[in-house]
Amino acid sequence: MSSAKPVNQRAWWFVLPVLISVAFSALVPLMTIVNYSVQDILGPDQAVFVGMEWYQEILRDPDLHGALYRQLVFTAAVLALEIPLGIALALTIPARGWRASLVLVLLAMPLLIPWNVVGTIWQIFARGDIGLLGYVLTRLGVDYNYSQHPMDAWVTVLVMDVWHWTPLVALLSYAALRAIPEPFYQAARIDGASRWAVFRHIELPKMRGVLTIALLLRLMDSFMIYTEPFVLTGGGPGTATTFLSQYLTQKAVGQFDLGPAAAFSLVYFLIILLLCFVLYNFMKDSR
Amino acid sequence: MRLSGIHYRVGSELWLEDIDLSLAKGGINVLLGATLAGKTTLLRIMAGLDRPTAGRLLAGDIDLTGVPVRQRNVAMVYQQFINYPSLTVYENIASPLRVARRNEAEIRTRVTALAETLRLTPFLSRYPAELSGGQQQRTALARALAKDAELLLLDEPLINLDYKLREELRAELAQLFADGRTTVVYATTEPLEALQLGGYTTLLAAGRVLQSGPTMQVFRRPATLAAARAFSDPPLNVIPARVDARNHEAVLPDGVRLPIAPTQASEIVLGIRAHEFSLAGASGLTALSGRVELAEISGSETFIHLARDDARLVALIPGVHDLALNEPCTLYVRPASLYGFDSSGRLLFAPES
Amino acid sequence: MARIDLEDVGHRYAGAADAWALRPMTMTWSDGGAYALLGPSGCGKTTLLNIISGLIAPSRGRVSFDGRDVTALAPEARNIAQVFQFPVVYDTMTVFDNLAFPLRNRGWSGARLRQRVEEVADILELRPDLPRRARALSADQKQKISLGRGLVRPDVAAVLFDEPLTVIDPHLKWLLRRKLKQIHQQLKLSLLYVTHDQTEALTFADQVVVMSQGEIVQVGTPEALFETPAHRFVGHFIGSPGMNFLACDWTAGAATIGGVRVETSSKQAPPAGAKLSIGVRPEYLELAPTPGANCVPVRVAAIQDQGIHTMVRLEVGASFAWAKLRTTSAAPTPGSAFARLPPARCALYADERRVA
Repeated sequence: MSSAKPVNQRAWWFVLPVLISVAFSALVPLMTIVNYSVQDILGPDQAVFVGMEWYQEILRDPDLHGALYRQLVFTAAVLALEIPLGIALALTIPARGWRASLVLVLLAMPLLIPWNVVGTIWQIFARGDIGLLGYVLTRLGVDYNYSQHPMDAWVTVLVMDVWHWTPLVALLSYAALRAIPEPFYQAARIDGASRWAVFRHIELPKMRGVLTIALLLRLMDSFMIYTEPFVLTGGGPGTATTFLSQYLTQKAVGQFDLGPAAAFSLVYFLIILLLCFVLYNFMKDSR
Repeated sequence: MRLSGIHYRVGSELWLEDIDLSLAKGGINVLLGATLAGKTTLLRIMAGLDRPTAGRLLAGDIDLTGVPVRQRNVAMVYQQFINYPSLTVYENIASPLRVARRNEAEIRTRVTALAETLRLTPFLSRYPAELSGGQQQRTALARALAKDAELLLLDEPLINLDYKLREELRAELAQLFADGRTTVVYATTEPLEALQLGGYTTLLAAGRVLQSGPTMQVFRRPATLAAARAFSDPPLNVIPARVDARNHEAVLPDGVRLPIAPTQASEIVLGIRAHEFSLAGASGLTALSGRVELAEISGSETFIHLARDDARLVALIPGVHDLALNEPCTLYVRPASLYGFDSSGRLLFAPES
Repeated sequence: MARIDLEDVGHRYAGAADAWALRPMTMTWSDGGAYALLGPSGCGKTTLLNIISGLIAPSRGRVSFDGRDVTALAPEARNIAQVFQFPVVYDTMTVFDNLAFPLRNRGWSGARLRQRVEEVADILELRPDLPRRARALSADQKQKISLGRGLVRPDVAAVLFDEPLTVIDPHLKWLLRRKLKQIHQQLKLSLLYVTHDQTEALTFADQVVVMSQGEIVQVGTPEALFETPAHRFVGHFIGSPGMNFLACDWTAGAATIGGVRVETSSKQAPPAGAKLSIGVRPEYLELAPTPGANCVPVRVAAIQDQGIHTMVRLEVGASFAWAKLRTTSAAPTPGSAFARLPPARCALYADERRVA
C-alpha cells in the first residue's frame, strides 16, 4: 500500500489567498522579468525588442562565467563542510536532560542573528587591528588579511557561513536521530556492530528524509547568498568573492542595464530550479 | 446506517472496492479482516473523516456521503489510547459534554456515572500519562460514550493491551453495549474476538466484502472458501478431493473415502475446522493418518500438527497429549462436520447445526 | 548452549528508589530448555530479559553463563541473540546482507560466510528471498530475519524473544510459532520467550515462569500451571477465561459451598481464619439437571454460542462462575441447574495460596 494521503479538495480553498499573494509578489514580477529580458531598455518608454540577444550576450560574458564558477565552488564547499559537521554535532548532543537543552539553545543562537549583522560581526572579528581573530592570527605570525588576499577572503567567508548555518543542519539531524526507536541500537549492539556500522546502517538511512531537506535548504540559500559576503568583503578583493547574486545586482542596480540583468536573473532562477530538481529526484530515487 | 457501492481510491490504488453493507442498529457490528484489508479505511469513511471516491452513505433516509465529520453523530476509539494529554481523566470524559454546552451539574452526574461503569473512579484527577494502558483506553472509551453518539466506531481498541486485560475489557464492552442504544462498529483481526462479541460480522479482505451477516451464521455457513479461511483460528484445514458421484463420496488423493452431500461438482475442496477432530476412533468417524510434525500443548488442550501427502492439518484436541516428532498418528473426523467448496471457492455444503 | 544462573538478581530503575522493577530472585535456566516468562505488563518480565541479555546491568546480584560471571559483560560479549517486539532489520541491505552482518562483524567472509547464511535461510524458509531488499518484506518475514541474525552465529548460546509476535496477524502467528518450535527441536538452543499471551507461552515453553509485580509467582510445566496453580494469580492469569474461584466455608473438616459439601483434591486442612475459596477451571465444570455427588445448585444466567465452544455464565450464590462447554455436548437451558465439580480438578485456596 502506498503512503499517499487521500486528497482533500477543500484544502485548495485554504491555499487560495497564499496563491494569490505569491502570484502578485512572485509570478507577476517574473512575467515582467521575462518581458524585460527580451528588450533593450534605453530609457523610460523607450524599449526595443531584441529577442534572445541578451541571453546570448550573457552566456558569453566572461565576468558571468567567473561569478558562476566561484558560486559553484562556494556552494560545493559549503555543503561539503556543513552537512557532515552538522551530523557530527548532532551525534554528540545528549538525548535528554538539561545539558541537551542548553546545547540546543546555544546552537540555535547564530541562526537568530540578522544576516547583515552576521557579516558585520565577522568583518570586525577578522580585522587585523581591532578584531580578536585577526589580531591573534597576526600575532602568531600568520600573514592574514582578508581585504587584500583573495585566499584569506575566501576562507573567511566560508568560515562565516559554516558558523552561521551549520546549527540548522545540526538541529534538523538531531530531531531525526531522536526519532529512531531504541531497539535498533540494542539489536546492533547484539550483532556486534561497530559505532561506524551503526551510523552507516541505522542512523544515516533513517535520517535520509531530514537530510534531504537540510541539503536542499542549504543548496538554495547558499546559491543565493548576498548579504553576508557583501558586508564582509564587498565582493573583494577585486572580484575574488563576488558571487552570482552580487554580480546580478551590480549589473541591474549599478549599471542600470535592465535588459541583460533581467535575462540573467531568469537564467539564475532556472539554474537553481534545475539543481534542486536534480538533487531531489536523486535523493528520492535511491530509496 | 447503510453503505452502498462504496469505492475508495488513493492515487492509483483501490483501497476499497464495491462495499455494500448494512449496519444493524443498536447492535455490535464486527469488521473482521487481516491487516491492510481496509477496516480502518472503512471506519474513517463511516466517520466522515474521508470521502469515498464513489458510492453513498445513508443513515435512515438521510444521505450522509458529503457530510463532514463534525456534523455527524459519531464517536471513535483508536488503537493507540488517544486522550487529551493536558486534561485530567475527569476533563477528558467531560470534553464532549462541554462542547455540547451542558450545564455543570449534568456533566458531573454523567462523568461520575461513566467512571463508575468503567471502573475509573479512583483515577479521575490523574493525567493520562500517569495511567496504565488499560486505564487509558477505558478513559478514551468513557469519552466516546459521554458523547452519547448514535454510532460508536472502535478500531482494534484492545490490540495494544495485555491478553488478560483484553479478555476482561471485551466482556465489559459486550455488557456495556447490551442495552442496544448505540450502534457499535468494532474492527479486529482476530476471529475469536468476533465470536466472543457476537452480533453481526462482516468479513473484509483486500478491500472487498467477503460476507456479511449474523456472526454465527457467517461462521457456520461461509459463502466461500475465502470467507471460511478468514473466519478460522486455528487456520482452516483444506484438502482437495475428487467426487465419486454414484456413491456420494469424496475421495482423497490417498484413497480415503468420506460420505458427503450430493453435489454436481467433480472436483471439490474439503474444509475441516481444527476442533472437529478427535483422537479416539468410533463408528461413523473417518480416519485420517499422517506424521506428527508438532504437538503444542496449551493448558488443557493440544494442537496437533499432522503432515499428510495431500495437506498439513492442525487439530485442536482436548487433553494433554505429548506426541513425539514424526510419530505416526491418526485423527478422526465426523463426515457431517465437513465443509465442501467447488473449484471456484463457492460453498457446496456445510455441517447442519 | 549455556546454563544461565541468576543469583539474588534484582533491579530498581534510577529515580524510583523504593520500587523494585524486579525483586531479588535466584534461578537457574538449564541448557537447551525453552522457557517462557509470562505476566501482565509491568510485571518485570522485560526487565528480567534485558538483564539476561546484558542490555541492563542489574542493581544487585550476579548473572553467570555456564558458571562464568557475565554480570559486567556487554551484550555483544555474551553470545546471545535477541528478537524484539517489532522487526529490526537494516533497511538498506538485502536479506542476505542482513543475515551476514553479525558474521561480517566478526571477520567472516567468502564461501564460509555464504554457506552459513544459506543454511540459516533454509531453516527459516527465507532462501528464495535472499537477494531481495529487506525493506520490501512483510512483518513476519522481517521477524524471521531478526531471528536469523541471531541464529547465524554458531556460538550463540541463547535466543531471547521480547513479545516477538505482537505485530503479526493471527494466521501468520501460527506459522511462526510452529517455526520457532521446530527450530528449538532442531538446533537445541536455550530459548527464552517473554509474552503476556498465555497461549504463546504454554505452547512454546517446556517451563513457564509466571510473574506479577516484579516477582516470580510460579515456575512449572504448562500442564502443571494449568492443572495445579499454586497461587490464585496463576489460576486467574492462565486459561481463557481464567479459573473460577467460588467462596466457600470450612465446616466439620470439609469445604462447603452454600451448605453443600464439596470434595476437592486438597488433602490438608486450611489454616484457621484464612479466606477460603475453591478453584475450578471453566473447562471442567459439568452441568446436570439433577443433583449428584459434588454438585452445587446454580442458576444459568447467560448462554453464549462462541462457535468453537459455548460459554455459560452461572450464578453461584452471590458470586458467579463461567463454564466452557464443547459444542458437541448437550446445550444447557436457562434457569436452575446443578454444576458438578470433579474432585480431582478442583482445589482449596486459602487466602491466595493453594492448599496441598
